[in-house]
Order: sequence, then C-alpha cells, then structure tokens
Amino acid sequence: MKERLRESLVVLGLRSAVFVALAGLLGVLFDIVSKGAGVLSWKFLTEPPMAGMTEGGIFPAIIGSVYLVTLSLVASVPIGVLSAIYLAEYTKQSRFTRIVDVSIRNLAGTPSIVFGLFGLGLFVNFLGFRQSLLSGALTLACMSLPVIITASREALLTVPNEFREAAYALGATKLQVVRRVVVPNALAGILTGIVLSSSRVIGETAPIMLTAAAFYTPSLPSSFFDRVMALPFHLFVMATQSANPLKTAPIQYGTALVLILIAVGLNATALFVRARRRRIKAW
Amino acid sequence: MRLKKPPAPRTSLSRTLVERLAKSLFFLCSVIVILVTLLITLFLFREGLPALLHVPIWDIFAGTIWQPPAEVPKFGVLPLMVGSAVITFTSLMFATPLGLAVALYLAEFSRSLEREVLKPLVELLAAVPSVVFGFFALVVVSGWIHGLFGVGTRLNALNGAVVLSLMVLPTIASISEDALNSVPRDLKEAAYALGSTRLQVLRGVVLPYARRGIAVAVLLGFGRAIGETMAVLMATGNAAVMSLSLLTSMETMTAAIAIEMGEVVFGSLHYQMLFFLGILLFLISSAVNILADHIITRGRVA
Amino acid sequence: MVMFPKIEVKELRVSYGEKLVLKGITLTIPRNEITAIIGPSGCGKSTLIKALNRMVELVPEAKVGGQVFLDGEDIYAPDVDAVTIRRRIGMVFQKPNPFPSSIYHNVAFGPRILGVNDRAKLDDVVQESLVRANLWDETKDRLRENALSLSGGQQQRLCIARALATNPEVLLLDEPASALDPISTAKVEDLLRDLKREVTIVLVTHNMQQAIRVSDRTGFMLLGELVEFKPTSELFDHPSDSRTEAYITGKFG
Repeated sequence: MKERLRESLVVLGLRSAVFVALAGLLGVLFDIVSKGAGVLSWKFLTEPPMAGMTEGGIFPAIIGSVYLVTLSLVASVPIGVLSAIYLAEYTKQSRFTRIVDVSIRNLAGTPSIVFGLFGLGLFVNFLGFRQSLLSGALTLACMSLPVIITASREALLTVPNEFREAAYALGATKLQVVRRVVVPNALAGILTGIVLSSSRVIGETAPIMLTAAAFYTPSLPSSFFDRVMALPFHLFVMATQSANPLKTAPIQYGTALVLILIAVGLNATALFVRARRRRIKAW
Repeated sequence: MRLKKPPAPRTSLSRTLVERLAKSLFFLCSVIVILVTLLITLFLFREGLPALLHVPIWDIFAGTIWQPPAEVPKFGVLPLMVGSAVITFTSLMFATPLGLAVALYLAEFSRSLEREVLKPLVELLAAVPSVVFGFFALVVVSGWIHGLFGVGTRLNALNGAVVLSLMVLPTIASISEDALNSVPRDLKEAAYALGSTRLQVLRGVVLPYARRGIAVAVLLGFGRAIGETMAVLMATGNAAVMSLSLLTSMETMTAAIAIEMGEVVFGSLHYQMLFFLGILLFLISSAVNILADHIITRGRVA
Repeated sequence: MVMFPKIEVKELRVSYGEKLVLKGITLTIPRNEITAIIGPSGCGKSTLIKALNRMVELVPEAKVGGQVFLDGEDIYAPDVDAVTIRRRIGMVFQKPNPFPSSIYHNVAFGPRILGVNDRAKLDDVVQESLVRANLWDETKDRLRENALSLSGGQQQRLCIARALATNPEVLLLDEPASALDPISTAKVEDLLRDLKREVTIVLVTHNMQQAIRVSDRTGFMLLGELVEFKPTSELFDHPSDSRTEAYITGKFG
C-alpha cells in the first residue's frame, strides 16, 4: 500500500537522522576516548606538569577544578535549597514568585562568558577579590543557582501533602514540618540537582578564564585568593597555545578524556539516581 | 509511660521568633536570585556603557572593522555580529532538522527499548563540556573540512558551525520531544478513530499542537548557540572579518570577549568595549527568553 | 455528677473563600465518650472536625468565625497557639498516611517534636502507644521496618498509635475506616471503644452502622448545618427532624 510505503520512508528518514546525530555525538566521544585512554594512568592523574608543560600530568588542574566546584557548591547549595524551600513551602503563586521565576529563567539562559564578565566586574574588581579561587567559585555559584533551585523546588513540591497534614496534626510547627518531613523526603531530588549542576560547572571555561584560572601555578592553591589551574582551561590553553602541539597532543587528549569522564560521569550518576528513585518510590 | 500534659495553650514566644527568623532566612535566599540577575545587568552596564561616551554609536554599530589594538582603535561590532550570526544560523541549519527528527522519532516512532537507551544517551551527550567540542573541532573536524574542501584556512566558520550544531542538537531535541509528548492522547485517538493514517495524524494533529513548543526549542537552541564561547573560540580562527563565506575564519562576539579580555588594561576603552559586547549578548539572550516565554504563555488556553 | 464538657462549639462558621461551608454550628462534646458526626457528602462534617484542632486554617482562603472551647478555653482566641492545641488533640485521617519511614520513627515523631530526645523515654512512649493502639504484638519485632510495609488496616492503627504518642486528650477521626476492609474496621472500632475511657473521641463517618455500633452520641449534619444532636440510640430510633429521618432511612445518601 502506498501509505505503508510512505510511512516506512518517513521512519527511514527519521532513523537516518537519528543515526547521523548519534554518530556525530558519539564520534566525538569515541575519538577522545580512543586517543586519550592510553594516556590515562595513575601517574598522569597525580603528577604535576613538567618540562614546560610538555610532559607530566595534570594533577594541579584536577585539584583546582575540584576546589572550584566544591567552593562554588558551598555558596550555591545553601542559597539554592533555602530559596527553593521558601518558594515551595512558604508562599504561593504571587508576583514575587513570578519575578523569581523570570530571574531564574534569565540566569539559565545567560551566556557563560557574560557570567565571566559579571564575575570580573563584581568579584574581581569591585569587591577586590582579584582573579582567584574565590572569584571563580562565586561566579560559578551564580551559574549554578537556576539548576539547583529548580531541581530542589520540584523535589519539594513532589512530597505528598498528606505527610505535611499528618505532621501538622501532631502539633508540628511549619519549620518542623519542613525540616523533619518535607526536606528529608525531597533529598534525592535535591541531590540530583546538585550533582547535575556540578557536572555542568566543572566543564565551564569562559567564566573561570576571566576570574580565576591560571595556566600554570607553581604550587597548589593555599588560600582563597590564589589563582588556580583547572581542567577545562588547561585543555583550552594546551590545545590553542602549545609550543609543541605534537608532543603535547597526548596530554590534551588525556585532559579531554578526564573532563568527559567527570562531567558525563556525574551527569550519569544523577540520572541513574533519579531513575532508580522513581522506580522504588513507595509513594 | 505517657507524656505529661502539654502546658496551657499560650503562644511560646521563642518558638514564634525561631519560626519568623527561619522564614526570613528562606525569603532572603530567594531574593538573592533576583539580586544576582539585577547585579549582572548593573555591572554589565556600569562597565560597558561608558564606552558609548568615547566611541560614537555609529562607529560601533556600523563600523566594519574591529581592531582595538590598532593605532587608531576601531570598534565596529559588525564583523563580530556577522560572525556570530553566520556561525549560529549555519549550526541551526544542521541542528534543527536533526534535532526535530530525533525528537519526532523518540516521541512517535521509537520502540520503548530504543527510547530507554536513546533518551538518556542524548541527555548524557549534552553533558559533554563545550571546551571538549572545541578541542575536537580544532584537532579533528578542521582536518576533515580541509580534506573535503581543500581551500581556505583550517579554522573557519564551518568548523565552528559543525560542532556547534552537535552541541545544540540535544537541546532542540529534548525540548521538542517534550512538546510532542504533551499532545493529549484523546486528540490523537479521535483523529485515528476518524480513519487517519499515522502520517496524517502527525501532520494534522501532533505537529500543529506542538508547534509552539518546537518554536521554543529552536529559539532556545539559538540562544545557546549564540552564547557559546569555547567551542567557537577554538574552532573558527578568530579573525574579525566581515564575510559570508563559511570557509573563512570568523570571530564571534563571545570569542572576542574571551580572547581579548586577558590582554586589556582594566578600565581602558577596550575593556569597556568588551563589556559593551557583553551587554549586547545579554540583551540578545534576554530577548530570546522573553520571546520564548511569550510564545509559551500565548499558547496556554486561558 | 455533672462533668464539664470537653469541647464546646459555639456558632462556628467556616468559609472557604466565598463559599460558606459551616453555617453556625453549636454543639457540646462530652468527655470520655465517642461522638459521631454523620451526614451526606458535602455536608461539612470533615470541615467541622478539622475546625476542632485548627487544621482548617491550613486550607488556603479559609476563614473561621465563632468559638471552640477546649476545657473552657477558646482555642481560636488571638493569643492561642495552634501548635499547642494540636498537641492536645490528635487526628487520624481517612486515608492512612504514615510517614515513609520506620514504624518507630512514625510513632516517635510526635514526642520528638515536643522535645523528647532521650532514647529510653522514646522507646517507652513508642511501646505504650503501640500497645494502646493494639498494634504492639504485630510490630514489636519490626519496629525498624518501613511503615509502608504494613497492611492498610495496620497502617491506620499505626496512625492512631502515632496520634496517641503525644498523649492527647481528644482524638479526632475523619472516616478512619472507609478505606479499610471489614476485619480491619472491626479492629479499629474495638480500639476506639477501649480508648474512650481515657480519651474523648470525635468520629466522622458516612457509615451509619458504624455510628450505631460505636458511638454514644451522634450528630447529623446537612448542608453546613447541625440538624440534630442526640444520644445515638435516640437519634436513630426517634429522630425529631424529618431530614434526619430521611437520611437514616436511606432516602438520600
């Protein structure tokens, strides 16, 4: 039948498009994994760069990235989760919540380089923190807020009302209901949001380029005001400014692979936890 | 053992105080989000607007040369805007049909096993950092393009557009898929009951219903593409020239800021102009968001 | 001997937004008895019971007028804290709603928020409450298990135990057995008969047989009004209002 044929053609066309899309995306991964896997070793991960960045490992970049992400979480998680608590538990749809929603969406769509400029203007210059771990982390924290607030709010709103009712009926105050009933049951969703935002933040280059990153620091950061090395920036500089691209190619691939493993790994963990939670949720 | 009877029913002052403090704390945190948005606007304008005092607007928006370090600095943003536009639109030309196809396939034609694998796969691929895509473009794709076309520089607009389209594809795909999935079942069933074929239901019911969501998907894809920095920075050669040829090096607004900020003197005119570029980018992304919001709210049945 | 009524309701009016749901209810609930409230859907009986422990205030746009006296003190007086009231009045809901945590945690929740943190004390209170709720034997070896692993009837008795843990003077039950099978229902009803010696019980039910089986006094509500309120046997054998009679004889549901 003509209709059957038409339909099959459409499906074929769609399938091919999916194939192309996947091939493209997976091709990138494949290339980096294949050329970078050989480079990964305990030494690579734990040694600093040597011989003018043409040999050695990426240890300080890993540490710097970890510091940046962790410090940014210290700022963004409390603010994000507490905001979500206010929005989900203490207020209903109002002009205020609409403004907050608009702000969140706006932040979420703002280009990362603009965040870099913001960090430069506010933290580096105006507040005088200079290019530093602190400036970078605070900038990244601002970028993380939309994801954390949205995920946490959703998680809080999903907690069934009957639990709240039961707690109120037992004489709990609002704070007790939030602290002892709602938040504990929303923890999985909140954590998912935090992990997802971490996976995004660890790969961001533009913001830290302007606020925190150094291509080379002689030692590991010892204060919040030190500049730091970071994985994405390391890859960027090595790929674009390396004096000896052939020699450093393995290091570049290795760095790229480590980045992918961490970012995709975190993302996958979050998705896995979320999927498992959905399946075993007793309520 | 039983608990003692609670005290007489009068308000506990300390408890009310704690409750009030907690609520204020939560409220303040949610104000911070608004504050950050305002501060971004504030600082962008604070550092960027002064540029207008020193460079005539005409020179900025109609100038075809962007060469800040020259003897007589030139701050025409046209080459950068054209660069951003060419690369962005080219990438959308690839990403939109591919993204829509993936969405359509996932929403309407895929078997559930396929969907279980494909959907998370697409989501995960969206987690790959942009600098990795830029790296890939620099090292691999540029070689392919050079091999295919032979002419021109290795780092060019096409290089950037290709990887950019891969980065934007998951965004377009997942938002479109949500839109397609939101078509009410009974609408489709009614059409089937009237004897429509699969393709007819698709064309007559599903796509029209989802068209707003799909428009938003493409719009947000555009927003992401034009705001992308690292991938294009590493892939396109960063030559601020005005050209429509995909095989020439170009520079985007985002890349210009990223590269040049490291070399400017704080407070200098160049510095201010880079912030001015930031203002333009911020306005564009805000416009995208407002437009997307508008499309969504207009689509809601009152 | 004349006993002070436990709860006195005077001209209680409740509206949700524009809609007036309770139109001026006046009644007296005697202590240590089971008082049942019956009536068709939408008559306001759930709202009435929720107004007795100020849970009705949690409904957005709810407004309450009139007075409710607990042991002679108006719980709606301006300086009275709803939280303290709710610690003296326990509530059990139509659909069992245990927290998704261990049985122990559920029952210990009430005392914990009252500030009891001593492990030994909590263990005692938990045991006592489960005993009072006739659930101890079935759960004493499973206290750490998730409450949701219990059957529906057990969950409801767990909710009763949880409510009893704060040693309330009054227990409000909103159609507690409507989601339960007959055997579980019977267990809950037996439980209530045992409890009334120490606790004043107010029971909302749509099941007239249950009211007859269990309650000492029954009130019939219709469209936001309290039509009749009498000792149970009198209400069912000799209703004074024709509307009551119509409902009882099944002319409308």
